[in-house]
Amino acid sequence: MQAEPRDVLWLNQTETISITELAGLAGLTEAEVRELVDYGALSPANPDDGQWIFSANCVVTLRRACRLRTDLELDLHALALTLKLIEQIDGLQSEVAQLRAQQPQHHD
Amino acid sequence: MKFKDYYSILGVERSASEADIKKAYRKLARKYHPDVSKDPKGEEKFKEVAEAYQTLSDAEKRAAYDRLGSHRSGEDFQPSPDWGRDFGGKFKDGQASFDDIDLSDLFAHFGGGGGRGRGGGMGAGQHTRARMPIPGEDFEVTAKISLEEAYRGTQVTLNLSVPEYDEHGRGRHAARTFEARIPKGATDGQRLRLRGQGGKGQHGGRDGDLYLNIRLHPHALYRVDGHDLYLDLPLPPWEAALGATVEVPTLAGAVHLKVAPATNSGQRLRLAKRGLPIPGGGEGDLFAIVQIVVPPALSERERALFKELAESSTFQPRSHLTKAEPHAS
Repeated sequence: MQAEPRDVLWLNQTETISITELAGLAGLTEAEVRELVDYGALSPANPDDGQWIFSANCVVTLRRACRLRTDLELDLHALALTLKLIEQIDGLQSEVAQLRAQQPQHHD
Repeated sequence: MKFKDYYSILGVERSASEADIKKAYRKLARKYHPDVSKDPKGEEKFKEVAEAYQTLSDAEKRAAYDRLGSHRSGEDFQPSPDWGRDFGGKFKDGQASFDDIDLSDLFAHFGGGGGRGRGGGMGAGQHTRARMPIPGEDFEVTAKISLEEAYRGTQVTLNLSVPEYDEHGRGRHAARTFEARIPKGATDGQRLRLRGQGGKGQHGGRDGDLYLNIRLHPHALYRVDGHDLYLDLPLPPWEAALGATVEVPTLAGAVHLKVAPATNSGQRLRLAKRGLPIPGGGEGDLFAIVQIVVPPALSERERALFKELAESSTFQPRSHLTKAEPHAS
């Protein structure tokens, strides 16, 4: 089974997806996604437009938070908090990786 | 069928209340949830805990489970004919034979409520909606590839244990091999969604997606930061002082890099667009980090030349240390 290029989506900051697609991929309703935006847990790339789009790199984080919501029986407020904390952890891990990469290694 | 002691998995007594079971599940789920736990066996433990909870949190399933009696974990057993008579009708086609079936699959097919659980349960209540479109499951998998494979794109083979369903909607886990193409442009921690490459949908339901979490194997020469690469560039003191043109390996082959005179240790020399390709166009950079190294043993001639340099040089790299004002208390 080999994916065609059109079926491949890089989940990074460059790619964007619609609110409908994001809600579908995360197992949420569009209303719940809008509520998460109200809580400041998600930020659309075009907040002033009627049809929001989101950076595709939030898909995995949101799916992870939604799994925690289901498995730990969290409410939407807790989901919003979880999302922010996951983002913070990911940001710090990425910073650590960046600093490690830039740090010269010791060669014997 | 192998027996699983769901009460012992949750660490509660057989007489535990609904609230106790929920409390025990939440505690263990927080501990072992694969999205949180660093325990390498966390996912496996979480699946056990979730499977136990899916059965014990449902009054009807719990009653049926309790009627199976007490056995040792892992012990082979068969439900009694009474059990089959009382509860067999809860299964698809009034299934009364329990050979070749896992306890989790047995309760996943138990009538009433629930969808496909994440913790190993699957297809619960499917006999009531056997002809409804059921979307295929999404799979999330870590794919480990080399830096060179990320640079040029690669094909990976993934071995997964996936739920599969027969024509009656009965499911069980089966080992499956997936081939997935990772286009060039991947880097460490990059996520990729391959639409329709996950579990097969049923009755016209859409196929699931395959999410790849790409991890790069550590490389002998390069360290990776996004699409930029870092390489240590050792220079002897004379090349650092006088400048030099040195050969630097890149993923596309060796290039010549001009090192300016008076280059210091730790300085980063940028080789533009010699990093990893970026999806959508462009390339990251390669940074060579200068490391000034001295020969581990000096020849007589080298020693004499360094001594002459030391005697004639006026360079004082530590002058700021002696000029510093003592800190006022």
